[in-house]
Amino acid sequence: MEKIVSLAMGSGGKESWELIERIFRHLGNDLLKEAEDGTPLPSLQNPLFTTDSFTVSPLFFPGGDIGKLAVAGACNDLAMMGAQPRFLSLGLIIEEGLELRQLERILRSMKRELALNGAQVVTGDTKVVPKGGCDGLYIGVSALGERKASISQRNIEEGDLILLSGDIGRHGATIFAAREGIELWNDLESDCRSLWPIVEELLESGATIKAMRDATRGGIAAVLNEWATAQNVEIEIEEEKVSVRQGVQGICEILGLDPMVLANEGTFLLVSSRDEAPKILEILRSHNPEASIIGEVKGDHPQRVVLRSPWGTRRFLDMPSGEILPRIC
Amino acid sequence: MQVELRDLYDRFRDPEAMRALARQIQREVQGLGPINIMEVCGGHTHTIMKYGLLQLLPKEISFIHGPGCPVCIMPKERIDHASILAAQPDTILCTLGDMIRVPGSRGSLQDARARGADVRFVYSPMDILKIALDNPTKRVIYFAIGFETTTPMTAALIDQVVKRGITNLLFHINHVTVPEVMRELIDSRDEHIDSYNNRIDAFLGPSHVSVITGSRIYEEFPTRYNRPVVVAGFEPVDLLEGVLMVVRQFREGRREVEIQYRRSVTREGNRRAQELMERYFVKRDLFKWRGLGNIPKSAWRLKDEWRELDAEWVCGYLLPNREIEDHKLCICGDILRGMAKPTECQVFGTACTPSKPLGSCMVSSEGACAAYYRYGNLL
Repeated sequence: MEKIVSLAMGSGGKESWELIERIFRHLGNDLLKEAEDGTPLPSLQNPLFTTDSFTVSPLFFPGGDIGKLAVAGACNDLAMMGAQPRFLSLGLIIEEGLELRQLERILRSMKRELALNGAQVVTGDTKVVPKGGCDGLYIGVSALGERKASISQRNIEEGDLILLSGDIGRHGATIFAAREGIELWNDLESDCRSLWPIVEELLESGATIKAMRDATRGGIAAVLNEWATAQNVEIEIEEEKVSVRQGVQGICEILGLDPMVLANEGTFLLVSSRDEAPKILEILRSHNPEASIIGEVKGDHPQRVVLRSPWGTRRFLDMPSGEILPRIC
Repeated sequence: MQVELRDLYDRFRDPEAMRALARQIQREVQGLGPINIMEVCGGHTHTIMKYGLLQLLPKEISFIHGPGCPVCIMPKERIDHASILAAQPDTILCTLGDMIRVPGSRGSLQDARARGADVRFVYSPMDILKIALDNPTKRVIYFAIGFETTTPMTAALIDQVVKRGITNLLFHINHVTVPEVMRELIDSRDEHIDSYNNRIDAFLGPSHVSVITGSRIYEEFPTRYNRPVVVAGFEPVDLLEGVLMVVRQFREGRREVEIQYRRSVTREGNRRAQELMERYFVKRDLFKWRGLGNIPKSAWRLKDEWRELDAEWVCGYLLPNREIEDHKLCICGDILRGMAKPTECQVFGTACTPSKPLGSCMVSSEGACAAYYRYGNLL
């Protein structure tokens, strides 16, 4: 019989220790070993702190799993503001009945992702909830990093260029396809990955980056609208420069969705001055040939995002609202 | 040979073809004066908006955005039925896509779900069969919506329920039909201006509806009402070619039903789908459309012989049948007849906004009012 997580493992007794031992086996390090109710940390230069929670269903999807997503997602929030991820807290809310084998698989991919970021889990907590209390596993992560450059949306101004690090919508489309059991495109896998390595390379190149944001929930439509609103500028995008893979386009055609609002978990937007853009693009392209300069910051329609089509028409790209629902007509 | 997805649509979204068609329309419309084309279906409205087609077309061509979005025209009374049914114990209410977002008088189905109801949206009605089989102790109700495109899918689901003897799946049928509402718009008295006027010169017929029904359902419009109908596909090149075919009819003094979307539509349509619909459904005497009022013979219900599957019959004691008035100032009817612009409506942008819509034109992003609200300064 499969070994599963039981309620007893959450009750603080012997079984709880067995569960925590398993987690230690994968994520243990010197700081965690020394931990009591809290963990003393070395002091950091320009610390940056963030938090995120992960509830993805299914737990495993092409291109990743909830563990990889949790570590990459929290660390990416730091990386996008120019910070190197260092220390993470980890909260696991586990549904009674989760197979231990699955939990270990998730912990292993967390370990791999932590190594890519050069980060450590230094404190954590585990709760087991009765069947139905959550959907398999929820993960809460807070992350502390050390800021190497002052990257912020406040730097965005008219005349800047907008760069996109790769093709869009893969994570969202992969999850939709997995939930609906659509298996038509074999190139469809989540873009889930840690961004600190590429950010580190960009910073080391000496390029000046003004702003970056990974286009997670709400897709690039949400990020672009947030920037336009926050800085009271217009952002104009050339639609044909935004790359969408076949599989993603296919899911969108079938389900009536728009790739611009689908989530990404590795693809990010970047703003730089016109002069800096070519150098940055070259580095982005060495990681994903589909990276591109997709638009620029203007002033005609403040707080709006305008899409230009190859046939010469323009339309607004709206902030996505509500849950993503397929159009039926 | 491997067929890729883009082979299926790339040429129908080709920028060069779109520009060439726009130029041809520009040439051929010379001397004809303004032509107001109603695109009946929300799918066409979506294409016009998404591809910014109005900006490509000469000023002589205007679109009147039609009532062909089954979500937008769903009246509050029917959405209330769904909310009430969803709130019953041990009930799972299923419907399609963005229907769950539209408010009735007791809020939307999304609101009902937030209050604890089990409301699910499905991509295909056939998914509901599995939900019913997986939940034998629950009553599953399908809040069935859509034009002739989705009606046969509901009929196919009913067919399975009957053949397999499934007893825990009921149907609340809200399927509506296209020709009746088209006729209503050009043939009925407009209360606000007390006239039979409308400014609809021609129709672009729906793509997918026509795959099922065939183009023959539109034949009364050229003969009785002198309005051309061109059944066009949903891709931008399709739509522009459809407009060109309309312009040519005016140029050559013809009034006909023509099919641009030849790769899928015939005059007769899908006979098997039609038979399936006719086996299970019969026309209602009246059905209320949000913003348009009661339209005769414009919707289906289950035949009496299948009423043990009909949620309106089985759960009838729960469902109010009192009519809820549309807002008195709402002029959706005029807007759909082309007699008024959204901005002429007194509640536009004030009492009626996309997040709190009153009339059908504001309900979905494809309605004329919602489009004006969001894209106004770019149109």
